[in-house]
Amino acid sequence: MDLLLNQILAGISTGAIYACMALAVVMIYQAIDHLNFAQGEMAMFSTFISWQLMQWGLPYWVAFAITLVLSFIGGIVIERLLFKPLAKAPILTNVAGFIALFAILNSSAGLIWDFTIKEYPTPFGSSPFLGSQLISTHQAGMIGVTVLLLIALYVFFRYTRIGLAMRAAASVPESARLVGINTSWMIALGWGMAAAIGSIAGMLIAPVVFLEPNMMVSILLYGFAAAVLGGLTSPFGAVIGGFLVGIIENLAGTYIPGVGNELKLPIALALIITVLVIKPAGLFGRPVVKRV
Amino acid sequence: MTLSKRRLLIAAIAVGLTSTCNALAQKKYDTGATDTEIKIGNIMPYSGPASAYGVIGKTEAAYFNKINAEGGINGRKIKFISYDDSYSPPKAVEQARKLVESDEVLLIFNPLGTPSNTAIQKYMNAKKVPQLFVATGATKWDEPKQFPWTMGWQPSYQGEARIYAKYLLKTKPDAKIAVLYQNDDFGKDYLKGLKDGLGAKSSMIIAEEGYETSEPSIDGHIVKLKASGADVFISITTPKFAAQAIKKLAEMNWTPLHILTNVSASVGGVIKPAGFENSQGILSAAYAKDGADPQWNNDPGMKKFFDFLAKYYPDANKLDGSVVYGYGAAQTMVKVLQMCGDDLTRANVMKQAASLKDFTPDTLLPGISINTSPTDFAPIKQLQMMRFKGEKWELFGDIISSE
Amino acid sequence: MSAVQEVVTEAPVIEAVPKRAMTLGAGTSLVMLALLILVPFFVKNFIIFQLTMLLVYGLAVLALNILTGGSGQFSLGQSAFYAVGAYTSAILIENAGMNYALTLPVAGFICFLFGFLFGLPALRLSGVYLALATFALATAMPQILKLGYLEAWTGGVQGLVVTKPDPPDIVQGVLAWFHLKMSQDMWFYYFTLAITVAIYVLSLNLLRSRSGRAFMAIRDNEIAASAMGVDVALYKTLAFGVSAAITGIAGGLGAIAVQFVAPDGYTITLAISLFLGMVVGGVGWLPGSIVGSAFIIFVPNIAEGISKGLSGAVFGVILFIVIFLVPHGARQVAMVAQHLLGRLKKR
Repeated sequence: MDLLLNQILAGISTGAIYACMALAVVMIYQAIDHLNFAQGEMAMFSTFISWQLMQWGLPYWVAFAITLVLSFIGGIVIERLLFKPLAKAPILTNVAGFIALFAILNSSAGLIWDFTIKEYPTPFGSSPFLGSQLISTHQAGMIGVTVLLLIALYVFFRYTRIGLAMRAAASVPESARLVGINTSWMIALGWGMAAAIGSIAGMLIAPVVFLEPNMMVSILLYGFAAAVLGGLTSPFGAVIGGFLVGIIENLAGTYIPGVGNELKLPIALALIITVLVIKPAGLFGRPVVKRV
Repeated sequence: MTLSKRRLLIAAIAVGLTSTCNALAQKKYDTGATDTEIKIGNIMPYSGPASAYGVIGKTEAAYFNKINAEGGINGRKIKFISYDDSYSPPKAVEQARKLVESDEVLLIFNPLGTPSNTAIQKYMNAKKVPQLFVATGATKWDEPKQFPWTMGWQPSYQGEARIYAKYLLKTKPDAKIAVLYQNDDFGKDYLKGLKDGLGAKSSMIIAEEGYETSEPSIDGHIVKLKASGADVFISITTPKFAAQAIKKLAEMNWTPLHILTNVSASVGGVIKPAGFENSQGILSAAYAKDGADPQWNNDPGMKKFFDFLAKYYPDANKLDGSVVYGYGAAQTMVKVLQMCGDDLTRANVMKQAASLKDFTPDTLLPGISINTSPTDFAPIKQLQMMRFKGEKWELFGDIISSE
Repeated sequence: MSAVQEVVTEAPVIEAVPKRAMTLGAGTSLVMLALLILVPFFVKNFIIFQLTMLLVYGLAVLALNILTGGSGQFSLGQSAFYAVGAYTSAILIENAGMNYALTLPVAGFICFLFGFLFGLPALRLSGVYLALATFALATAMPQILKLGYLEAWTGGVQGLVVTKPDPPDIVQGVLAWFHLKMSQDMWFYYFTLAITVAIYVLSLNLLRSRSGRAFMAIRDNEIAASAMGVDVALYKTLAFGVSAAITGIAGGLGAIAVQFVAPDGYTITLAISLFLGMVVGGVGWLPGSIVGSAFIIFVPNIAEGISKGLSGAVFGVILFIVIFLVPHGARQVAMVAQHLLGRLKKR
């Protein structure tokens, strides 16, 4: 019983990592209607920038704020320079572009900051949280920030003009243009916001997994899985998806006899796919009806 | 021209001819070596998941530059050709064939990774090209009968694990051991060594957890291992996961006897990021000095190493254990080539590599030396145990042979 | 959250490629084939090995092209089928002592079943969901290969070493009359070439057949296709099966050429490479597969030659340049060339 509780708590704390990343995934999906494979590397690069700023002596929150702004601008610049020219190209060509961006960011970070792991500070401290030895104050803080971010995103997409415009631009571009939305800039804005959210995710994740150029490579798959499980159109679903993936993975590793430990990721993924087969739009996503 | 002068000239030419003839008789070359140049091939993961190790190749290139700047080896310059295999065995085969058949190197030195080396081993032995001082600690490189053209360098993972087993049997015979291992060739080899070392008492291991490098965090495994009630924690991990484990143990207030593999014993690369306060009392074993450890600041060997970095590889991160590794391996390579003299055939390279006697590269711990023989293809076999205290490792006990 | 249903007119993921545009003219094909046959006589063994890999990856890209370009289903999991094929061949050769040539149909058959079965749940998934499912398959495969229970066959994390076949005695005997000898590399190259050409021709015929038309109908508009009486479920899973079978055969050939299989050789990186190969070669244009294969084999080498530390970045930049210049891949180049030729002929 104790082990079960512990594994669930441990699952929640890892799940918080996935949830953070899943939010960034949902953000970009809302803006461009597909997944960005370079998203993790963009977050990693942003985190390195904030680390560098702190190395130069800036306090944590100042570095945090500057990184947020730089990432937002960086996201927009990447879209304008690299992906706007591909707007008319097939989707698969765009995906190849994401992969190219992935390679460029990963390799440059390796050259600039090398591949040794870096310690990354946390503003929340890392002592046990509320006496529990399984969740540290940092992980609690991470969950808190994720929830705040979630509320902000929810409000943004649901109640602000620009948020609504962005959703319209992504899902029905032609009609959106007709009602006077500048869809091209909406996409750029989406890239900027996704980059900024990604940078928050990166800065929260780095204290747990240590900062290095390959830090996000594996997390991105979990972020995708979480976002897809929760429903790509729902920030709320993405966060729940993140926690669920973390918990499922830990429980599979602990309780499935024989292969559980060696195959906990494949088992977790198989479960997610099963869910998708039953509910193709994810747990909290809206079903899509196709028109011929 | 008078007769006598002409005679003199002829005599001189004759003398000149005979002397070159003599020299030719002494000098022997295989593909890849000439009067002026020795071509050495190398394969490293400069890109991909293991790109952290690319530093080894860069250090070796810098070291050979230093040798060339100082006049080369017996007057011959080293041409170091290093290719990227992204840690993928098929790519390693392609690159090895390119080195041997297209670049025509004399030998391939220090290719990295157990899978990549396994992939090219058969080819190299069929072609009779030395696959020298491979950069992996698997045990299988020490098989001179079956693979006379392949030789390891560092102590084997199994050997190191046996040292810890011996230590535990002696000092803590009632230990309950929990093992966290990386689920790949490195982790499995190590685990085998540990079980062999414990022998009949391998039931001392009460919990073992494998993790994949694709897992972002290993918290779940540690929670499970703690729940097993073990009082010894053996961490067979690569740097990132070793640091995560150290930190997680501290966060969970779990304080077993912590044994850390040499692969992750780097002060700068693991201990410092994980926090000195979390690392007190960790045990490990070493064969090389640590570039980040202040106790070696006045060591003559390490001074040479630091001078080399300052002059030939200024961007290097001296906290990175891979830099120390590359330096030591390159120095061994140069030693072997010097021993070869003017007989730069592949057979002689292997012969000389198999007759190293008490050779000590600058970066090895005092008392540890390299010895090989035609039946012993494992150059470094000794390790010394150490305990982390303050901000550095303290060596203790004797130098132990892992055989 | 809300019960409102979104109604979307989905643009087809893959733009329609007319059937005739999927091939090369007969003349061009013969010239290509003649080149592929003649080149090995003039190059070193190492280049022959690279050419063998070019054909092997070309086959794998072709398989993906049938799936994506043919039936419109997206896959990032081709490395899993490749791995199953490679391991099947390796295990049969090394553990069961089977002839290498006979292992290939077995590898193809097992992969066909595997792909067909995987295609069943994939039926309900499309777009990003299918991408995730296949991505998951690719990530899971190396872990399954090193599973403790399978270690007796797969060799676990250590992998298996495979013996490279010698040319058959008959071939050596015939060549001996001309005082020639064939190397292992050259023999295996021609062996691979023969299989590649056979599969290429079969694939072309498949896409021209009733099934091929069904694939393309599904690709262009699934709902319309089913309204016309195409058994969508059957043909979609069939496409997965065929694609997996060809990938599996490529995997088997690759394992023999490289003489080694290990979990580390079949990671998601391989699946991504194959995907890039398809995009660069032109989605839906079968002859482009070989161009795409050349891209994924040679461009990393070029990138590495330009800069060791930044090889990944250089590769990314080259890839960007290529997709900026020709967003439709090599197919676009071929179309332009054909167009120009046509105009020349008219004059």
